[in-house]
Amino acid sequence: MRLFELRDISRNFGAIQALTKVNLKIDAGEVLGLMGDNGAGKSTLIKIMAGNFPPSGGEIWLKGEKVEFQNPKDARKKGVEVVYQDLALCDNLTAAENVFLGREAKIRFGPFSFIHYAAMFREAARHFAELKSETRPRDLVRQMSGGQRQAVAIARTRLSNPDIVLMDEPTAAISVRQVAEVLDLIRRLRDQGIAVILISHRMPDVFAVCDHVSVMRRGKVVADKPIGQTSPEEVTGLITGAIETA
Amino acid sequence: MSVAIEQVTSQRERGPLRAMFISQPFWVTVALIVICLVMGGVSNVFFTEDNFFNVTRNYAFIGILALGMTAVIITKGIDLSVGSVVGVSGIAAAMVLNAGHSVWVGIAAGLLTSLACGLVNGLLIAYLNLSSFIVTLGMYAVARSLAQVLSENHMIYQFGPDEKLFTQIGGGTTFGLANPFIILLVLTVVFMIAFRYTAWGRWVYAVGGNEHAARLTGVPVNRVKLSVYLLSGLMSGITAILLVGWQGAAINAMGTGYELRAIASSVIGGTDLMGGSGGAYGAFIGAALIEVIRNSLLLAGVDANWEGTFVGLFIVLAVLLSKFRGMRSG
Repeated sequence: MRLFELRDISRNFGAIQALTKVNLKIDAGEVLGLMGDNGAGKSTLIKIMAGNFPPSGGEIWLKGEKVEFQNPKDARKKGVEVVYQDLALCDNLTAAENVFLGREAKIRFGPFSFIHYAAMFREAARHFAELKSETRPRDLVRQMSGGQRQAVAIARTRLSNPDIVLMDEPTAAISVRQVAEVLDLIRRLRDQGIAVILISHRMPDVFAVCDHVSVMRRGKVVADKPIGQTSPEEVTGLITGAIETA
Repeated sequence: MSVAIEQVTSQRERGPLRAMFISQPFWVTVALIVICLVMGGVSNVFFTEDNFFNVTRNYAFIGILALGMTAVIITKGIDLSVGSVVGVSGIAAAMVLNAGHSVWVGIAAGLLTSLACGLVNGLLIAYLNLSSFIVTLGMYAVARSLAQVLSENHMIYQFGPDEKLFTQIGGGTTFGLANPFIILLVLTVVFMIAFRYTAWGRWVYAVGGNEHAARLTGVPVNRVKLSVYLLSGLMSGITAILLVGWQGAAINAMGTGYELRAIASSVIGGTDLMGGSGGAYGAFIGAALIEVIRNSLLLAGVDANWEGTFVGLFIVLAVLLSKFRGMRSG
């Protein structure tokens, strides 16, 4: 049984055809690289997978069932988590508070419920340890490095025990050393049986962690290959259109 | 490897002591103590029980407003209407009492009026996404005008059958402290707990820190925004009832200029107008500092017209201080 599959997904905005019959599939513990130039339709595809808006046509299958996402919350409930490009972190809160934002651990005293900081720090620390990231739950996110911030955003997705994590350009704006850290985080997710879809512009990153690569051009998937059977040169050609399909 | 990580994850960069030394309310408290000590040397009236009583009562009104204001400012908003809302709520409460209703009906009238103003502010700002500056500036004009219309420009000084109880609430004492000050103390503690230990409190900071992120992670951003304006309105209502009771009369000019003093208290207490930081103790101590400066100038025989200059200096100093702190923490 396939974990996650897009079948003939199309999307148009008025007269503009953003996606045309896109097919994607991914299994548990797999990392899929999604590549394409600006305007190729990657963001539209992500937003459909994350439940931001529905496709105009086609089907989404999750664990052998056809699903429809009403909104991002719904998608999250069904097991699809997103790490946004800007990470969606609050700099003025601690790492643990960010991990639990919107679903704080609470402790009740009669009619009042209070935040259970001890539980939040403990849980967040456990998630960071699992990700092998030296991130301190009690520190403000403001003071953290790009890699640590990424770890906070990824730890947040772990709370709901998702089947699939979508990562939008996680290595776009961080230093070389931190890129290695983030790629390690992706490998940890994979090792725990989570399917990761990595949207990236950076060829070396995709070739370092992905099992599969799908290339999009002008709203269509023009190639879907195991990473071992392709090369950066071929993928570049596919992205730019120098190579039609593969 | 994993042992090492657990060692790291149990640490924190700022210990409690370090956190205290870089916090603005701490330094404002130090400034307050220094001023008090100097004044104690200069004036033999400063440390008397009477002066303490007067100072604490006088600043309680602004302090209560500053608590609500702080919640609003943390979400990156502003509430310019609090002074006018104090005016209209005070008039509403006084008129209901004057018509012969019980003290509880009168208090309810005052609080409901203030909540209605907060509701209008909050709905327009949270759900129609209008600028808080403009919406509350509008309410600033509307509420003051309604106070004038309702009162027909008369002073109200008869409060019906429960007059004694009503004036006792605002003008009386408990354990030797003025009632408004007791209420300020209680509310400060409630706000401290709410800010720090409830999900609502964390959401208020999250909305001010990164509204977009808060929305994406499922924080009910619109409801949080609505709640802070309701709360600020409610604080205006409480202030109005205490103020009318203490003064024994309601006039429609009541609360004029209070919005700026409440904002000044919040800012001096370390609340950042850019949103995301600040706290209840800061509002409490910021309001105290302003009143102590005023009181000190008075006792030192300085012309009372200098008050604004000193308060203004402290506001700018406070913002400078927070800027330097911001530079240090990157």
